[in-house]
Amino acid sequence: MKFDQKTYRLTDTDSIGLKAFIIGDLAILLSLYGYFSDTGQFFHSYLTAFTFWTTLSLGALFFLLVHYLAGSVWCIVFRRIAEALAANLPYLAIFSIPVLLGIGNLYHWSDPQVVAADHLLQKKSAFLNVPFFTIRTIAYFLIWSITIFLLYRNSLRQDIEKGFDLQSKLRRVSAIGMVLFALTLTFASFDWLMSLDPHWYSTIFGVYIFAGTYLIILSFLALFSLFLRHYGVLKETITIKHYHDLGRLIFAFTVFWAYIAGSQYFLIWYGNVPEETVWFLQRWEGSWKYLSLILVFGHFAIPFLALLFRAAKRNLKVLGSVAGLLIVMHFIDLYWIVLPSLHSTGVQFSWLDLTTFIGIGGILLGLFWKRLVSRSLIPVNSPRLSESVKYTDS
Amino acid sequence: MSSTRTDSKLFGLLVEFETPAALLKAAEKVRDAGYKKFDCHSPFPIHGMDQAMGMKRSNLGYLIAIFTIIGAAAGLGLQYWVHSIEYPHIISGKPLFAWQAYIVVMFAMFVLFGAGAAVFGMLHINRLPRLHHPVFFSDRFSKVTTDGFFISLEAADPQFDLQKTEAFLREIGGAYIERLEEK
Repeated sequence: MKFDQKTYRLTDTDSIGLKAFIIGDLAILLSLYGYFSDTGQFFHSYLTAFTFWTTLSLGALFFLLVHYLAGSVWCIVFRRIAEALAANLPYLAIFSIPVLLGIGNLYHWSDPQVVAADHLLQKKSAFLNVPFFTIRTIAYFLIWSITIFLLYRNSLRQDIEKGFDLQSKLRRVSAIGMVLFALTLTFASFDWLMSLDPHWYSTIFGVYIFAGTYLIILSFLALFSLFLRHYGVLKETITIKHYHDLGRLIFAFTVFWAYIAGSQYFLIWYGNVPEETVWFLQRWEGSWKYLSLILVFGHFAIPFLALLFRAAKRNLKVLGSVAGLLIVMHFIDLYWIVLPSLHSTGVQFSWLDLTTFIGIGGILLGLFWKRLVSRSLIPVNSPRLSESVKYTDS
Repeated sequence: MSSTRTDSKLFGLLVEFETPAALLKAAEKVRDAGYKKFDCHSPFPIHGMDQAMGMKRSNLGYLIAIFTIIGAAAGLGLQYWVHSIEYPHIISGKPLFAWQAYIVVMFAMFVLFGAGAAVFGMLHINRLPRLHHPVFFSDRFSKVTTDGFFISLEAADPQFDLQKTEAFLREIGGAYIERLEEK
């Protein structure tokens, strides 16, 4: 990998994007075979992988929205990476088509016979029906795509035009985008994940998904920057202080995730209403119990203790390991939400879990890489870039 | 003037600098000269001052960590004693030792003790509350809230020697030097 220090562009990319793209395509083809051999498993595995990669891009979108709204300086150096990742959202709309095709396999509220025998589902059918579900999914992707389109286009224009005008425009887009983001992420998680068990409901569920969403984009940024650093790219631009700040945020959001997850569990445990407790009861069934415990330790206790000390946040090996762990944990978290609706007695791993994950991920990361390397790796004309590079903390 | 009084003891020297940059440079020189008991005064925080003064990172975090653990343990202990030993009642079908319910109180105690340790520990480490300080004897020092940048160097510092230190401060660019009395 070769890097031009003047234009901040990668000149030789080892065709990483193409490789990722090919691996992704192969994995998708394999998954297609799985669609015919085990349809139910295919759709559940696919939904897990789809929500994982969607939340990664959504996290990137949120990272940008916060960045523009708060006018934060330190994270300018990460902006292009987040932009290239969030710009996958229109492509994720295409990847949502299999989910829409699989409504019948995934969501039993779509079965008229089930609804006819279920009073509660009849009451919910005004919201939980196939046409409205499809319209909502399209609406989410439309909103996300427009937001990132406006943000990315104006941010790229900043490379040519100088000045603060674009900055304030980006901020205006972010203000509206932030409100819409909160609503769409909440309802998307209600639709795609919570309605897998249409009897169960938790009003905090959207926030729970958001906590994981922000956590993986922070982890991804840390891990990806370390990957670039390994090749000596942006070594002087993304400094130890930037990693330290990412570490602080990762630390804070592991606590936030645990706080939200704990609140959700605690209120349901306390209230002891059967239609609510059933969700956790199912996730304590058989080997699901171990997955629940893995989440408690892997998603909270270990990262929390590992990043508690200042020296750990500034140690790139520790930070990278925790970031990697959290990305795996976010996948397990989604797996733990989705798959019990298929395998109620215990965990049953399938090769489709892996191929759908690599399939969607390979293609999206290939697109991400291609987009990233076609431009400079940092927004070179951002008015406050030099402050971000020279950024010192106290 | 306080300097005319005979019962007073020298507290140290107060030296003024023109700009924040000069103050920062001077702080580095005072640090490099080996002085420990000195302080910088400015109307606003100056970036990098902690390093320039050679200050170590505060140990407050460790104090807070200890107190948070004490707080959480106290919260757990109290509820265990109440619910399992002294008043063992079954409430809404939950076991006597219903740890899930205790987490809220444990967390609250964790935060309370941590916040208390942070505030009072900070005050203790800063030797506050303190009602008076010899720098306030200086009329000139009132500038510190608007456009004055000062270093106060204590006579209690082992390196301190009135003549030598005064010469040193003049050498590093002190525009104005004043002797401060203890009382």
